[in-house]
Amino acid sequence: MSLLVQMAEQIAQGSIKLVDLTHTLDPDFPVIILPPEFGQCARFRMEEISCYDHRGPAWKWHNLSLSEHTGTHFDAPAHWVSGKDLPNNSVDEIALDQFVGPVVVMDCSDGARSDEDFELSVEIIKDWESRHGTIQPDCWVLMRTDWSKKRGAQYLNMREDGPHSPGPTPEAVRFLIEQRNIRGFGTETVGTDAGQGAHYTPPYPAHFYLHGAGKYGLQCLANLDQLPATGAVLIAAPLKIRNGTGSPLRVMALVEEAQA
Amino acid sequence: MVDALQPPARKNPLLRTVSPTRPPESRSRAALGLSVAAASGRFALQRCSECSSYQYPPRDACHRCLCVELPWHDVSPQGKLLAETTIRASTKLYFRERMPWRTGSVQLDAGPVVICHLHADCKTNTKVRLINRLDRSGQGVMLALPIENTVNMEDDPQLRVLTSNPKHRRILISDARSPNSVAIAGALVQAGASAIFIGESESWLPNAQRDELASMEKVSLLPLDVTDTSSVERLAAELGGKCDILINNARFMREGGVLDRGDTGFAKQEMEVNYFGLMRLAQAFGPAMCSRTSDGVNSAVAWVNLLSVHCLSNHASFGCFSASHSAAHSLSQSLRAEFRASGLRVMNVYTGPTEDDWYQPVPPPKVQPEAIARSIVNGLQQGLEEICCGDVAKDIYLRYQKDPLVLEKQMTPAGDGP
Repeated sequence: MSLLVQMAEQIAQGSIKLVDLTHTLDPDFPVIILPPEFGQCARFRMEEISCYDHRGPAWKWHNLSLSEHTGTHFDAPAHWVSGKDLPNNSVDEIALDQFVGPVVVMDCSDGARSDEDFELSVEIIKDWESRHGTIQPDCWVLMRTDWSKKRGAQYLNMREDGPHSPGPTPEAVRFLIEQRNIRGFGTETVGTDAGQGAHYTPPYPAHFYLHGAGKYGLQCLANLDQLPATGAVLIAAPLKIRNGTGSPLRVMALVEEAQA
Repeated sequence: MVDALQPPARKNPLLRTVSPTRPPESRSRAALGLSVAAASGRFALQRCSECSSYQYPPRDACHRCLCVELPWHDVSPQGKLLAETTIRASTKLYFRERMPWRTGSVQLDAGPVVICHLHADCKTNTKVRLINRLDRSGQGVMLALPIENTVNMEDDPQLRVLTSNPKHRRILISDARSPNSVAIAGALVQAGASAIFIGESESWLPNAQRDELASMEKVSLLPLDVTDTSSVERLAAELGGKCDILINNARFMREGGVLDRGDTGFAKQEMEVNYFGLMRLAQAFGPAMCSRTSDGVNSAVAWVNLLSVHCLSNHASFGCFSASHSAAHSLSQSLRAEFRASGLRVMNVYTGPTEDDWYQPVPPPKVQPEAIARSIVNGLQQGLEEICCGDVAKDIYLRYQKDPLVLEKQMTPAGDGP
């Protein structure tokens, strides 16, 4: 039996579990907020074209409007100025093999519970490696904070000095890229950077360093608490949008039963 | 003396809701001048350009010299009630439902004798003041009031039906985030509204006014985002049947004209809120409101739009925003036509620059939230269709009426070069 057929059978039997890491696209789901004089990320909107009625008697369908960066979404290197001149930097040009790959999960949920501005540092990464082994090259690294369980105003956690949510330090991002050569970095929050990420040097270090190095981002992920620290495989294939800087997408993980 | 209007009892679910009926609508083209004046609450008559005599009823040629130049002029609304009669039978459904109905003849100080409706406190052979107001067909009619205000005067049935009085009515304000929402809600509470619902978009973002609004008597905050059809439909499904007045104060604006912007991003958001938002609200709430315009003391009565006066003539510094309000203004005209058969009134409140973040770089005078609230309540109490709030709006509106093309020239200069 071929490897793929075996895998399909194991998925059907449940010995390989599929975990949905995606939030439902919903008009009320928060998007990143910038100062109002800047262009803004479109909220998800859905308009009925017809609903088995005079506009189309036997069918129901909708027109959607949304941003490349609405809901659970993928960031391509072209999203940031640091990655603007890289080859194959948009979602339509990224090689298909980049959309399936190994994933490790760093559990920062305890820290994020007690500190809304919790930082993923190099020390935490090294401590994680001491328990789970060195992060392998070309691997997705996800920061678990359980932030995806928050709803409404608590999710963006916007205050007069901006949003407050956990994220990586500039040094941690550089470590993952320069020392570990990861494929990409993902979070449960509205961006790969901390809510207060504008105040690091450089501002928004995860965006700046990841995309400058041709790495990818995933944000607004959910259900990271259902993934093992190592051993799962991530499937994250953005829509094929010409020159797209990102894309909403269905992110899922394959987890072997013994690991779950 | 008029008996005080009592809050309505809860609706009897076994009784059929009364269908709207209307007074006669047809008017000559000349008579529409009276309706135009009534829309903004003015008392006006035609005056002959040749012999200066006032005309009534409206006509195409002077009753004295046959001159055909008969422009409308505001005149003193005072006169003397000569005689009255009470109508007890009518073939018109609208009046049959409201019998008995007093009418009278008034000798105006300006000359003509007019036939008009009578407030209950008017007495024959005394001085009266007339008001010219829109009836439920949207046409100007005259009602005689006593010279001095009387007790419970506004509760007279003949007067109340000409107005959109918020007293005992339930009102939806579409945007809790607007800088004027607190002032509008407060003014409506003062005016006797029985319930005020305020829509709040994106509850996942802070709203500095939320606590103040939530603590106000009779005010409830509900989720509503005029850019989201499902949100508008959800709220209409919940309370479309008890929305007697809808005030659309949702607004999106940014500075700049076409070339300043360089893209269509903000323009789309302006259209989404200012134009499509109005359309979504009308499609969701309009039908139920139109069906309830004869539903007793708290019948559906008015639809209020807050518009920049630059919907009439573009203000280039806010060129794209002005364009979205032109679209909304045009839509308000469509709504007037579509609501007309029900008697639901569309009231447009025009303002110049308002005192808020987006007009911050603009020099005064700017319209305060409290002034907008006063204009809305006053307009509803008087039953108006067209209101200018603030001097800038009044000035632009008058110049637009006088000559729209001259106004456009004045609004679009580049300035002399060296």
